[in-house]
Amino acid sequence: MKEKLAETGRKMNAVRLPFLEQTLVAREARAGVYYVLPAVLLLLVFLVTPVILAFTLGFTDARLSSPNPIQMTGMDNFSQLLKVAKLDMQQASGDENDLYDKVREQTKPNSGSEYEGMQILSESVSDDKKSGSYILAGDPLFWKSLKNTLYFALIVAPLQGGFALLLALLVNSKLKGRVFFRTVYFLPVVTSMVVVSILWLFMYEESGLVNVVLGSVIPGYQPISFLGNTTTAMPAIMVMSIWQGVGFHMLIWLSGLQTIPGELYEAAKVDGANSLKQFQHVTWPGLRKTFIFILVTISIAALGLFTQINVMTQGGPLDSTTTLVYHAYREGFRNQRIGYSSAIAIAFFAIVVTVSIVQRRLTRDRD
Amino acid sequence: MAGETIHKKREKGKTMRRVTSLVAIAVVSGLALTGCSSSSSAEPTKVTMWSHAAGNEQEIATVEEAIKDFNASQTDYKVVLEKFPQESYNDSIAAAATSDTLPCIVDVDGPIMPNWAWAGYMKPISISSELENSLLAGAKGYYNGELYSAGAWDAALGILTRASYLEAIGARVPTVDAPWTQAEFDKVLADLDASGDFDYAIDWGNGWTGEWFPYAYSPLLQSFGGDLIDRDTFESADGVVNGAEAVAFGEWFQGTFSKGYANKKQTGDRTEFVNGTIAIQYNGNWAVKDAYDKYGDDLLILPPVDFGNGPKIGAASWQFGVSSSCGETESAGANAFIEYILQDKYIVAFANRIGLIPATAAASAEVPNYAPGGAFAGFVDFSNDFAVKRPETPAYLFISSAFEKAVADIINGADVQRSLDTAADAIDGDLADNNYYK
Amino acid sequence: MKTSLLGKIVKYASAIFLACIFSFPLIFMVMSSFKGKFQIFEDLRSWKAFLPVGDVNLDQYAGVFSRTPVFTFFLNSIVVSVLVVGLGLFVNSLAAFAIARLKFKGQGVLLGFLIATLIVPFETIALPMLFMVNKLPYVFLDETGINFQQGWLNSYSVQIVPFVASGFSIFLFVQYFKTIPKELDEAAIIDGASFFGIYRKVIVPLSGPAFATSAILTFLAVWNSYLWPVMSVQKESMRPVQVGLDYFFASGTDEGMPWGQIMAYSTLITIPILLVFIVFQRAFVSSVASSGVKG
Repeated sequence: MKEKLAETGRKMNAVRLPFLEQTLVAREARAGVYYVLPAVLLLLVFLVTPVILAFTLGFTDARLSSPNPIQMTGMDNFSQLLKVAKLDMQQASGDENDLYDKVREQTKPNSGSEYEGMQILSESVSDDKKSGSYILAGDPLFWKSLKNTLYFALIVAPLQGGFALLLALLVNSKLKGRVFFRTVYFLPVVTSMVVVSILWLFMYEESGLVNVVLGSVIPGYQPISFLGNTTTAMPAIMVMSIWQGVGFHMLIWLSGLQTIPGELYEAAKVDGANSLKQFQHVTWPGLRKTFIFILVTISIAALGLFTQINVMTQGGPLDSTTTLVYHAYREGFRNQRIGYSSAIAIAFFAIVVTVSIVQRRLTRDRD
Repeated sequence: MAGETIHKKREKGKTMRRVTSLVAIAVVSGLALTGCSSSSSAEPTKVTMWSHAAGNEQEIATVEEAIKDFNASQTDYKVVLEKFPQESYNDSIAAAATSDTLPCIVDVDGPIMPNWAWAGYMKPISISSELENSLLAGAKGYYNGELYSAGAWDAALGILTRASYLEAIGARVPTVDAPWTQAEFDKVLADLDASGDFDYAIDWGNGWTGEWFPYAYSPLLQSFGGDLIDRDTFESADGVVNGAEAVAFGEWFQGTFSKGYANKKQTGDRTEFVNGTIAIQYNGNWAVKDAYDKYGDDLLILPPVDFGNGPKIGAASWQFGVSSSCGETESAGANAFIEYILQDKYIVAFANRIGLIPATAAASAEVPNYAPGGAFAGFVDFSNDFAVKRPETPAYLFISSAFEKAVADIINGADVQRSLDTAADAIDGDLADNNYYK
Repeated sequence: MKTSLLGKIVKYASAIFLACIFSFPLIFMVMSSFKGKFQIFEDLRSWKAFLPVGDVNLDQYAGVFSRTPVFTFFLNSIVVSVLVVGLGLFVNSLAAFAIARLKFKGQGVLLGFLIATLIVPFETIALPMLFMVNKLPYVFLDETGINFQQGWLNSYSVQIVPFVASGFSIFLFVQYFKTIPKELDEAAIIDGASFFGIYRKVIVPLSGPAFATSAILTFLAVWNSYLWPVMSVQKESMRPVQVGLDYFFASGTDEGMPWGQIMAYSTLITIPILLVFIVFQRAFVSSVASSGVKG
């Protein structure tokens, strides 16, 4: 049937029927609108409306449970969220704690200074401990969350996407039992993230399986508490996240691989191309649409890192795994600051939109 | 699939027409019904109730038993139960409050009650003064001088270890009258650690998160002389949660981790004490059963350490209250039911089944484990002598979160003074933001 | 080109090695579901965690069934997931068809809008959504006849309707549909097909992998939904499986956390998604590519 359709198609290109096309265009436009209407309406009601509400809340002091009426607070939430200042301090005693005390005098609530309510984000103290320069932030957790989120996305997006492609190629090749392998690689995806997080929580323990396995492979290995350590906690979560999510993107690559006509490979083979050349000239160009789809969705998913953190580390140790969505969730549900939480969400949206636009620019340039 | 949708649409059109005619009928018959409703009051008033204990079979069984008995005992009210799992219960309540769908009778965790009362979720309850007086302090919740909640039990914290462990290191067995001092306890930890028999000397339970942190660790802070908030005014935490005493607590607590006595990242769900790889467990009375089954008489239930201001433990557990959206007739039924379920009969059943401390002395006497001389009777003494309620202020919800964060950071080696300062500033900021919860 | 023997060995070795890595934690989950909590944590320190050794029995499963109404939770999740997937496949693929294959005003903007919808994490709009559905009118039928109420809480609809349209699915379909040769549509038009005819007779039959992917991923998302049912469903009889998991996290009881039961319940709730995957993945064994890529 396909061949026949294609044939007629070619014929049609040869014979142009202007009047028919005219009504066709109108009909096509009408059909297009009808067909997108159900989806668009649903999205408008169940996504856009709540988003607009959330945006509005970002400019208020709304709380989850409070008898006080909600008040518009303008940009207050955003100024707390984004405010950063530098403060230089001197004092004679040469005791670092005295320096800190002087800073806190400025920053504590009701201090009346311009730094009121801010906290130390980073500092550098001179060797003689007589002067220090402090970077203060209205919400240091926001900046730490931002840093962790970007760190996670920058590492995980390319690794997971690349690894998923390798898996897809593997299970799409001539391999006995590939249905079995495909299913096994997909296993972690079908297990709920909460359950997976709990399993890995146990495995990452100091006496847990990961240490047992490493200990039996590497001689003289010292077990570490992967999630209890500021330097290993985030990488540990990355490894787990890639392990859990890679089957998902393998599936999408697979559906992309299906769109590449087999004849192209035959032709390449006739030309004497080896596997690598085939991949370079046939497979990869054929996967362009899939690549863009994966790049966009994987980045967005990575930037939205939340469940693993909520179950495994609650942002710790020492804020080394706190993320933007986790910060927003914690402020909203635990601390009940819905207004502030919405402001974080707005900032999050802005960041993701920026990342997506940059990605689109980059991928477009390559055309 | 397309056909299906179209078919549905058509059906919808038909139902819409039917609906309009039905509405007309309903309105008419409704009018007719209201005319004679006063004469036919045979139907009991429905009183809805939510419980946080879904999945906790023993607790739910007792609640259901009480409801069944109550509904059979009179004809005015019928209590209808809806079960929720504890893990997400508070979120369900918050969601129900924002959508005006709260039930009549609610379960509430003691320290959170003032927040719910302040937020307007709850209203005062009325039970007989006789019952009110017979309940343990930890089983009653007051806000602004009014009784808002009452429960069938309280929980208590203690130190679990084995007599044989202490004997091996030659340590004294402490008592309620002579608890361990800080110096004694430090030596016990050091000796147990040095013995090499255990992975860690003590299990603080820091793998649990959320409310456990303030419940378990703020009593240590209080024993050092600090507190979560200034309890005279409830308007500032500065100098209290981050004062010199609080810093002493933080430094000491952090030391137990940095010296390797306790595991910073603990996730084994506290099975280590029963499995024999940790020597001491700091835990609530509800968790004693496994250890008692394993170790029998070798198990010691010890009072908490006296860090200078006497041993302290937390008080107040889950209690019953009435929501503010409960109508007048329903409220009468709700109060009647709360009185009903707080009969000694059910208090005894709760205690026997879920291992918590009975809320009245009379009930205690009937529970073998908690009666004087019983295996877990020590907890009753701890509860009577050392219990301190978490601050009864609507700000507690936020305080709890800020304190949890500070302690988690301290465990992981953060600067103690700064962590506590951050908590103090956050709490004071929140107080100001909320107009001091007035 | 013939694949060398060495290449073959490397390929199979890595396939098997990866299979181990991917199945380890799940074998641990299944094995633990036959053990009590103290046994689980004792075994955690060695390879025993992967083996059915020690005190192995079915008590955990019996415990699961007495603690929770498992069948009710399963039924609810199945009804909700199947309806979201079914309605979603139709609504989303139809919209994608229009965007990828038809010409109408505002297409570009629309696709941008759809991609933008992807960036909204549900946690950030959950509360506003609750405010909103609570104000929507709702009609339902029960033994007393047809009823009206304000608010959608405690229904299947509140768990289904908001999740039918999905920017992710539409985007997926669009990217896939764009790879199908355009001449096929034009040919169909010449043959007198309507636009819906093109969708039904040309696009749908050629898009097995896209439909399978969308179906699997949607089912997965709905099956795993948690926060929304916690907020919007108050009746136990309407609760889905993920909220059921919370029934095992009751702290402050004398039995502690029943980890064996948690593993048993987790094993049970994983099975349906696995089945869905196995059923739908047949769509991937398509004729075009199976002869295609060589590793």
